[in-house]
Amino acid sequence: MMTPALADSATMLRRNLKHMFRYPSMILFMILMPVLFLLLFVYILGGTIGPAGHAGRAAYATFITPGIIALVAVAASTSTAVSVASDMTEGIMARFRTMPIARVAMLAGHVGRGVIQTVLGMVAVTAIALLTGFRATTSAAHWLGAAAILILFAFALTWLSVALGLAAKTVEAASNAPTPLIILPFLGSGFVLTASMPAAVRWFAEYQPFTPVIDTTRGLLTGGPIGHNAALAIAWSLAIALGSYLWARKLFSRDPVRS
Amino acid sequence: MTSPSPRETAAIVATGLRKSYGEHLVLDGIDLTVQPGTVFALLGPNGAGKTTTVQILSTLIHADGGHATLAGYDLNREPARVREVIGVTGQYSAVDKLLTGRENLMMMADLYHLGRARARARTEELLGQFDLTEAAGKLATTYSGGMQRKLDLAMTLVSNPRIIFLDEPTAGLDPRSRRTMWQVVKDLTRGGVTIFLTTQYLEEADQLADQIALLDHGTLIAEGTPEELKRMIPGGHIRLRFTDAGTLGKARAILARPAYTAGQVGTAGQAYAAQADEEALTLEVPTGGSVPELRGILARLEDHGLDVAELTVHTPDLDDVFLALTSN
Repeated sequence: MMTPALADSATMLRRNLKHMFRYPSMILFMILMPVLFLLLFVYILGGTIGPAGHAGRAAYATFITPGIIALVAVAASTSTAVSVASDMTEGIMARFRTMPIARVAMLAGHVGRGVIQTVLGMVAVTAIALLTGFRATTSAAHWLGAAAILILFAFALTWLSVALGLAAKTVEAASNAPTPLIILPFLGSGFVLTASMPAAVRWFAEYQPFTPVIDTTRGLLTGGPIGHNAALAIAWSLAIALGSYLWARKLFSRDPVRS
Repeated sequence: MTSPSPRETAAIVATGLRKSYGEHLVLDGIDLTVQPGTVFALLGPNGAGKTTTVQILSTLIHADGGHATLAGYDLNREPARVREVIGVTGQYSAVDKLLTGRENLMMMADLYHLGRARARARTEELLGQFDLTEAAGKLATTYSGGMQRKLDLAMTLVSNPRIIFLDEPTAGLDPRSRRTMWQVVKDLTRGGVTIFLTTQYLEEADQLADQIALLDHGTLIAEGTPEELKRMIPGGHIRLRFTDAGTLGKARAILARPAYTAGQVGTAGQAYAAQADEEALTLEVPTGGSVPELRGILARLEDHGLDVAELTVHTPDLDDVFLALTSN
């Protein structure tokens, strides 16, 4: 027997998944952006750039794929923020608020959809990366470990985008809110080694949340040192998820009509 | 779904409800009482505060001040209990347009934890009741306005709520759909449900409500049964159109004199202060609009050989009610 909050969350998730599969353009758009970056970096720039030890198209594809996968989470954030913001303008949301439904369920449905959507996008982008020369381990345990880190990170960014979608005054504002995140894989270890950056940028790059996530994924999938990055990635993800959850809950409990 | 609370007497009791948005005062202390099993109509023009009242009483937004109980449950302290006994059909369509009609109803049944078998049975029952079975498999986005309204109301009824809020249930509907909606409301009250509806149309309140409250600029300016309210408002008028200005002038003069013609009936002997419109060649005669009175007026004009080109009867509407009550 499920608790009412869980049952309501499952109902809301079913609703959101139906929306997602009936209007799959969001998924396509979400995959398109990371794939474009992948192709751009591998085929246009890949012949000339690439950190020491990762030069050459195939080697560079292998180096950047973890960063490209992290970009999927950013692209999915936009889609989640937009769907939350537009859902809030729908009459059905006012109906839900006057029903005896666990409040968290209305947000959980969006979070569940966001995570599923991100994971689907990551799988698709990884498959395309393999075609462009990405070479990864064949160890199932390493793949599972990387999947766990990435799903947790997707969960965190999804809660963040739910909060951004709730905070936005319009759907247009919601679609722009997560955009600055796009810079983070570049200002991190996604495309170059952070050691090559000027001191101030390098300091930021090494401590921002995308770097440990990308480094852990890279370590697990392509070999290489992980060190404290796994713990950092998990800590960052949990902190972002918790902070965003509290923020989203606060935003959602405001009166929906404010003028 | 829930047993009546011991505190229950009236279905809805509100005292001193206040709400403002910034400088704009929307509700300025509303008191109202709705008896169980009756239809209460909140009547008023756009911007009077009708929707805000519904939003507060249905737990969607908080009042700045005042107090209310629904089915005995305190709105502020027990919103979860209130939500279990109410159903709301708002002014704007509250159906999920990306789901089919059937999926919308099943979703509601799931959210009320009816269980698979009961959820299916209730869904099919409501689809049948609202004549939506044929369209049940289509996305709600393809429905007409009237069908969306019906689906909306069906969704509200899934849980068999004891108190139903209908915010302008017939706004934007064609006359046929409006009639259907009225019939649905009448059927519901037979089942003992309490209905709180808002409307801009006096006729609608008249048709459906046991009790009507008039809301204007956030204040209740009158309250009573439809009959009581109608006694408070002035009668309507008839409009007579003539073919030329000469006839118009003569007609006005004739009706302005008290007539003592033998054998005339009713109030036909009355003197009327009729308003003439020289441009439109029309004469507006204030009257209750009863058949004997109309016959008397026409007879007086005919006695003087005056031909009336056209006659229209204007019964009192919300405008008249508001003009009458707000001008005092």
